[in-house]
Amino acid sequence: MTRLPPLALATVAALSLSACQRSSDPAIEQTGARPELPTQSDALVPAMTIPTPEGWGGELPTVPAGYTVTPIAKDLKIPRQTLVLPNGDILVAEGSGGHAPALRPKDLIAGFIKKQGKSSVEGGDRITLLRDSDGDGQTDLQTTFIDGLDAPYGLAFVDNTLYVANQGSLVSFPYTPGATSLPGPGTEVTKLPSKINHHWTKALTASADGSRLYVGIGSNSNVGERGLDAEENRAVIWEIDRATGASRIYASGLRNPTALAINPQTNQLWSVVNERDELGPQLVPDYLTSVREGGFYGWPYSYYGDTVDPRVRPQRPDLVRRALAPDYALGSHVAALGVDFATGGGLGGPYSEGAFVGQHGSWNRNDPSGYKVVFVPFRNGRPSGDPIDLVTGFLKDGNARGRPVGVTYDAPRGALLVADDVSNTVWRIAPANARRTAARPAARTPTGGVAR
Amino acid sequence: MDHAAPRSAGFAAPLHGILLAFPVALYASALAADIAYLNTAEIQWTNFAQWLIAGAALFAGLVFAWALIGFFFGRHRRSRGGGLIYLLVVAAMLVLGIVNSFQHARDGWHSVGTLGVALSVVCTLLAFVAAYFAYGRSKLENAR
Repeated sequence: MTRLPPLALATVAALSLSACQRSSDPAIEQTGARPELPTQSDALVPAMTIPTPEGWGGELPTVPAGYTVTPIAKDLKIPRQTLVLPNGDILVAEGSGGHAPALRPKDLIAGFIKKQGKSSVEGGDRITLLRDSDGDGQTDLQTTFIDGLDAPYGLAFVDNTLYVANQGSLVSFPYTPGATSLPGPGTEVTKLPSKINHHWTKALTASADGSRLYVGIGSNSNVGERGLDAEENRAVIWEIDRATGASRIYASGLRNPTALAINPQTNQLWSVVNERDELGPQLVPDYLTSVREGGFYGWPYSYYGDTVDPRVRPQRPDLVRRALAPDYALGSHVAALGVDFATGGGLGGPYSEGAFVGQHGSWNRNDPSGYKVVFVPFRNGRPSGDPIDLVTGFLKDGNARGRPVGVTYDAPRGALLVADDVSNTVWRIAPANARRTAARPAARTPTGGVAR
Repeated sequence: MDHAAPRSAGFAAPLHGILLAFPVALYASALAADIAYLNTAEIQWTNFAQWLIAGAALFAGLVFAWALIGFFFGRHRRSRGGGLIYLLVVAAMLVLGIVNSFQHARDGWHSVGTLGVALSVVCTLLAFVAAYFAYGRSKLENAR
């Protein structure tokens, strides 16, 4: 018996050495069509690095030379996604959902730690309208457009109807041009899966012809640890018939499809997806992908095609065999929460053709990743190069002054809108000598980047 | 209160015993839950194990504090060489229980694995050894 304590101490020492999560290797290339996927290491104590919120103190995010950045709305209540209406009014969905109960001791601790990186403001459960009456790029009217919603996130506008994806239902509102408020809570098109709602955000976009709506529904766990029964109708994109509200699974195995957009070149559905955690600082890269009808993208059984995740039992080699690899990796743990395509020349220069991606930023690695807005250049409707930083400076001295969420290309005005849910701001990024000024845009079709 | 003296001696031991009963029961139950999970892959069993280990480690901490106080300030501190061994067994049960909590905080199948079930076995054995020392000793004391 007397030998046992030294043995125990030696075990502890060995474990504590293996416990430290390995640091990330900048030489590993994790963006583009074929990211390097290092070996898995689910550390005993996973890295939890949360940059704590801090004010901007009058400073602004960093944009490239020749571009301006301005706050067009402040004091919002957790802005997530934005939408530009045909008359140029901007809608901002504000809210904070998810009521997943703590199932394990870990849930209590992780919940507390992740909260340190978030704004202390309570989610607004509303949509705010921003109007720039004189076209000077400044907001002249900021008012509550719709109140009494339930963690609204995805927004789409088709045929004079506004669609709002709450965390548990898709609702519609008839729209009168020029309206500055609409009575809630809207007409229910269909309920959306909301049991547990570990990943609660419901991304939304309309098909190019406006007849279908697509809703991104995230998984109910990191990698199936709430049991696979909880994952029915989760980690999928639903296609909803706009006329009848009938829904079906359009694609599956997408762990958390947090933003959807239609590629204006091909009219195909694209999504940014957040991949699984706790396999190391450089696994698994989040991605941007075209979404193939009926496609299965691996979660929870595998990632990037056939790389098996051994944490899931029973395993499903039959599903892994047909798992699709996504088109374009964005980097591990960047937490992409926004995507929109540039149309009609975009922001000019290198930002003419491609997709803007808002990256909320990491918690599961020691060196933060994300916390910026990047531009993925496209050619002929496909990604064609490395991502280019567009908006940075959200991190300063280890603190987060902001965290980008939804991005919307404001086509009529040639600007990019970025919702920031830490400083509760909407930022507007535009070329310094704006190519297109002011003119009140005419009504547009529901396609493209505006009516998402 | 003429029997205050035997009472005060008798107060510490039962409380110590009650605290120690938790790691004995909870570590052993966690081991059973681990085995059930490895046999069924039913996620509920690893959830059970996680709470059981967390509870066991919490009470192991209280027992350790109690044992530490007893070791340095107890009335019988020099009467038995077993005091140090007991303290170390309780310390090991606490530390390995915390390590096992982290092990079980991994997701899915990795929450148990070889390391998890091995730690559960060792923690259970340590709890039994601690109980053997503690309850054996209190019996002796009572017999006097």
